[in-house]
This record gives sequence, C-alpha cells and structure tokens, in this order.
Amino acid sequence: MGWRKYTSIGDIGEKLNDGMTIMVGGFGGVGNPPTLVQYLVDQQIEEITLICNDAAFPLIGVGKLVCNRQVKKLIVSHIGSNPVAGEQMTNGEIEVEFSPQGTLAERIRAAGMGLKGVVTNIGIDNEWVNKEKRTLDINGGLYLLEEALHADVALIYAKKADEFGNLIFDKTARNMNPLMAMAAEFTIAEVDELVPIGELEPEEIITPGVFVDAIVKSEGVNWSWVWE
Amino acid sequence: MGLGMMERKKMARRAAKEIEDGMIVNLGIGIPSLVPNYIPDGYSVMIQAENGLLGIGCSPKTGFENENLCNAAGYPVTTVKGASYFDSAVSFGMIRKGLIDITILGSLQVSEKGDIANWIVPGKRVPGMGGAMELAQKAKKVIIVMEHVNKYGEPKIVNECLYPLTAKKSADLIITEVAVFQVDSNKGLTLLEKKKEMSVEEIRKRTACSFFVSENLKLVN
Repeated sequence: MGWRKYTSIGDIGEKLNDGMTIMVGGFGGVGNPPTLVQYLVDQQIEEITLICNDAAFPLIGVGKLVCNRQVKKLIVSHIGSNPVAGEQMTNGEIEVEFSPQGTLAERIRAAGMGLKGVVTNIGIDNEWVNKEKRTLDINGGLYLLEEALHADVALIYAKKADEFGNLIFDKTARNMNPLMAMAAEFTIAEVDELVPIGELEPEEIITPGVFVDAIVKSEGVNWSWVWE
Repeated sequence: MGLGMMERKKMARRAAKEIEDGMIVNLGIGIPSLVPNYIPDGYSVMIQAENGLLGIGCSPKTGFENENLCNAAGYPVTTVKGASYFDSAVSFGMIRKGLIDITILGSLQVSEKGDIANWIVPGKRVPGMGGAMELAQKAKKVIIVMEHVNKYGEPKIVNECLYPLTAKKSADLIITEVAVFQVDSNKGLTLLEKKKEMSVEEIRKRTACSFFVSENLKLVN
C-alpha cells in the first residue's frame, strides 16, 4: 500500500553510477539539491555528463562536482561564475557544450514531453550555435532543429512533496527543476518538507507526481552563498 | 573595472531614461543591475530576471535576504506587487515571443552595425552565452552599457567584432562613460550625446569605426 517513493538516499544509491548523464536543477547554485550533490561528492561518482543551467560557483552546488573533477562533460548555458570550469575547458580536461539558455530549457522540456526536439531561430546565423545542426525552412524563415536532451537521472530540489511525488517549488529556486523532473529515466526529488497525500492543493502543484520516482529529505544547504 | 562608482551610476541613470511607464524590462549583471535605482517613482515597470521572476523589487536589507529569491547574477532581490515566479522554459517564452520591451546588457565589443559580442573570448574567457542570445535577438530594444575602451585602452566599439558574436545587428543604443550612440544597422552609428570634457575628435580616437554626429548633439548630464 502507498506509493513508497519516500526513501533515503542510501537506499537508491545504486541508481547513481559512474559515466551517467545526470541533470541537476538550479541556476547559479540556487535550486541545486544540496544533499543529492553532496552524495555524488561523497560517493565519488565520476565521469559524469552533467546537464545543468550553469556550473554554479566553485564551492556551491554542482560547482563542487566540477572542482572535484567528477565531470567529464558539461551541457550548460554558462560557466562564468565558476572559473575552475573555465580553466578545465581551456586545458581540454572537460568537454563543454553550450546551448543558449532558453534553447537548453526547451531541449530539456522536449525530452520531458516525449518530443524529439524543438525548432527555433535563436542562433540561426551564429556559427557557434548552428554548427552541425539541421535547418528547416518554415514559411520562408530558416530555423534550427535542436534535439531533445534526456538524462539517466534527474536530481531535483523542491520545497514540498506529498507521498505521490507531487511537487511545489520555492520562488526562483524553481528555474530548471520542473523541466528536468520530467526529462530523465529516474527522477529523485530532494525536498524541504514531505506532507501526507491530499495536503497539497491540486491547483498549486507544479510537477505532477507521476514524473517523480523517489523523494529524499533535504539536509539543507551546506555552503555559504557568494553574497553572504 | 576601470570605472569608478560615480561613472557607473551615471551610465545606469542614463540607461534608465530609456525606460517608459508600463514597460517590461530585463537587466544584465554589472552596471545594468543599478538601473532600477533611477526608474522614476510612480512608474509601473516590471523587471524580469531570466532565472524565473517577473517583478523584481529593491535589494533586501542585510539580514532579510532569502537564499531562494535571487536575480540572474545570484544576488538576493525582493519582489513588487504583482510579481510572478515561473520555470526557465516560461521565462524564455516571454523573451522569444518578444514581450521584453527593453534589455540592458554589457558587452565586450559592439560593431557599427549593432553586432554584439559578449559571451566568449576563445582561449581566455569562457563565460558562456547564458540568456544573452535570446535577449539580444528578441527584445524590442537592446541597450548596451559598457566602458568605451577595454582595460588595454583598445576601443570596444569597432568596425567588425573580433570575438564570436552573440547576435547580429541587434544593438539599438550604446551608452559608455563618454558617449551615447544610436545604432542603425544600415546607416551605422550616430553620436547623440557626449561628455562635456571630451571633444568629438577625442571620442573618434577612442572609437574604431566612423560615426555621424547628431545635429542636435547634447551633453551627457
């Protein structure tokens, strides 16, 4: 009986392995799930292809994974706030695939929606963006075909979950989280608060629980923010 | 970097003059983030942060920051009445659909045609484009606020950008500490305003392309 999604990270640890493609929600560290990121650090999961909006800051969120050299490839829109990521990219230690931020979001959303890609004219005349991509002529306009981005596992931070995995988020910590929650084979939501089923208003739910496979309790942020 | 706080504030104040009552505005990091301080009281303006907020308010007082309420630079903000939160797909939907009236961005270089290069210096600086490509390509008006020359004294306003482009023919207005240029992608640049202490000739020396001078040339105040 029950949905049995609420678990401890130790019990679902076998879902996280070397060489995986892992999506992590967040923007500049805000909305990165701190406890799940720390688990990747502690377990020394390596050779990760990390899909994230950005590389956060060196000691904050997913920035730690980059600094610990656990990431082999980054698929991001930005790494400027993490100079270590820039150094590793310049030295050829890490592969970085940049997508314009809105295109990155849509590629992730497409995967979550069961679509194979999106069609956009962002970067259509930009050789850094349009390189090796197919183009489509639609009513006389030229567009890029941007392929959907899937992951093996998505690591999500949410404010609240019920036992079915319905999620609500916290202010700007929402960012890529609801999109990534839909785009992986296995989605783990780290939450500040778990409530009994029926406690969340159906109207307020942002991510329906059908997309969420496991829920773990957050131990809270274990870093200092740059503004502190 | 090279500029003092006073000059940075003046540039932000000048950029704020472009904002009209009722506008939807997106602000980049650095000098553009100072612009809200100069929007007239009584204006209804919604400021968007592409990380998922429409309706940024003033900075919170020390001790009242919320770690989950930040702007695109990762710094704490507050919200105004009527503000909304949304995910990154919705955020860029607003941008691509052309709902942003003005975006104010920094840049490494801008060409006389309005080409913008602000996301990478290959082999040296690799910040990434973030949301700049969507904003530069789709906002109704693109204002560049930047230093007139780089830290080596080289012009940042050029014939052709040397660095990889963010977007072609996108800038509409360039504001530096010494000049304000209107950009026309066919006609080129027109100097609209200049700093009192600087002659047009001196501005030409610091600018790596030709420009027209407005018949109605004003002083930056």
